[in-house]
Amino acid sequence: MRHLFDVGVTVNGNRYERTVEPRLLLSDFLRHDLGLTGTHVGCEHGVCGSCTILFDGQPVRSCLMFAVQANGHEILTVEGLGTPEDLHPLQEAFWEAHSVQCGFCTPGILMTLVPFLEENPNPNEDEIRAAISGNLCRCTGYQHIVDGVKLAAQKMSA
Amino acid sequence: MKPPPFEYYAPTTVEEALVHLSEHGYDAKALAGGQSLIPTMNFRLAQPSVLVDLNNVSELFYIRPDENGGLRLGAMTRHFQVERSSLVSERTPLIYEAMPKIATPQIRSRGTFGGSIAHADPSAELGAISIALGGRFRLRNQTGERWVPANEFFIGMFTTLLEPDELLVEASFPNMPPRTGWALQEVARRPNDFALVGVAAVVTLDKKNQCQKARIVFLSVGDGPVEAHRAAETLTGQTLTPEIIHAAAETAATADIDPGSDIHASAEYRRHLAGVLTRRALDLAFERAKGRG
Ligand SMILES: Cc1cc2nc3c(=O)[nH]c(=O)nc-3n(C[C@H](O)[C@H](O)[C@H](O)COP(=O)(O)OP(=O)(O)OC[C@H]3O[C@@H](n4cnc5c(N)ncnc54)[C@H](O)[C@@H]3O)c2cc1C
Ligand code: FES
Ligand code: FES
Repeated sequence: MRHLFDVGVTVNGNRYERTVEPRLLLSDFLRHDLGLTGTHVGCEHGVCGSCTILFDGQPVRSCLMFAVQANGHEILTVEGLGTPEDLHPLQEAFWEAHSVQCGFCTPGILMTLVPFLEENPNPNEDEIRAAISGNLCRCTGYQHIVDGVKLAAQKMSA
Repeated sequence: MKPPPFEYYAPTTVEEALVHLSEHGYDAKALAGGQSLIPTMNFRLAQPSVLVDLNNVSELFYIRPDENGGLRLGAMTRHFQVERSSLVSERTPLIYEAMPKIATPQIRSRGTFGGSIAHADPSAELGAISIALGGRFRLRNQTGERWVPANEFFIGMFTTLLEPDELLVEASFPNMPPRTGWALQEVARRPNDFALVGVAAVVTLDKKNQCQKARIVFLSVGDGPVEAHRAAETLTGQTLTPEIIHAAAETAATADIDPGSDIHASAEYRRHLAGVLTRRALDLAFERAKGRG
């Protein structure tokens, strides 16, 4: 029986090699082993959405995967989306529309919306609300988030 | 919380996966999308000592037409793949229509068809739909395989005919006959949450527009999918007038099901929803059947 497994994974364009126990959650691997604490952890049962990352381009709950399963795959976390000097248009729109209060839900919401906006460049309000229905926000009441997404859609199609 | 330690195997073939399952019996669990298994492990409600990860078993990922006009889905086909498949929309539009209602996009990225069926959550759409469509499941162990009709597969809360050494490898759906209509109706608190009550209906009409066959299957009202046999019988041989449909919905809600109460809804409210949703589902299925000459 093997207790430890080697994992080689590309995160935000950088290659990482680590050795992990199979029970290590991907969310904890990103946060503790790689120090990428932008991915937040709220519930660890798939409900709050704060741990959402892109796994091979698809939005997934990183709390519902094991790190060992990421071997050979490609991940994008919020750290790879933009930099303070060069924000992603969605981040810029969230800033301008006051879509962030405490910010706990924000990374997960951004990572959910990036692929959504790629597939739906011009979403209506219902579509936006359905898209973020798997992300809980305790602060904003969602209205400013919806405004931020609309603004982002405008920016990105301009 | 965090899951307790387990032994981990990541086979690349079904054969190899079955070896691990047979060796470890009840201590082992298959890991499909993990969207139901990992949360229960994180809360230590499940503590399997061995996980057999199916995510590298490429032979289990497919959506295929079958020669009789039906559809075959490999067990590891992910919800988002089913959701985007034009073949699924042509051959099993009921499944296609249900997909966006199953969990959130982030969960559909990982969750699998076979995982949902094997997990047998009474609130799962795919179990009820598989019965409504007359689907079958192929189960394999090291010595061979067997086919189980969907309406015999579910035997209780989170319990199926799957033995610990078996894998569900495929779901198969027959060709939908002409003049067949379908519908899924549900009420959930958020668009892609588990439904408080849901119902799938499939109706086939004869040349005189009379109902030749009807199947009505509920989710979230019992220990598993619940088929409304009595209501369906009242429809057979009938012209589906609004009165007949209304009466059948009444029968379904009062005689076919015995829903429970929980923090989300009382039994009484579930019964009420069951009646309304069955009526809507039958109306829509009937309309669609007439439109599919
Ligand atoms: C927040 C949230 C909301 C959800 N909402 C819904 C919803 O509205 N409707 C709905 O239907 N589902 C919902 N789900 C469940 C989701 O659809 C799951 O993906 C699905 O139930 C399980 O599929 P999985 O592939 O993730 O299976 P896993 O979690 O990997 O496995 C589930 C169980 O099935 C067994 N198993 C898996 N595959 C096989 C196989 N091939 N052979 C034998 N045994 C197998 C496993 O051993 C395990 O016991 C939700 C999940 C979450 C976390
Ligand atoms: S921490 Fe993953 S969904 Fe809440
Ligand atoms: S901004 Fe605080 S949880 Fe969303």
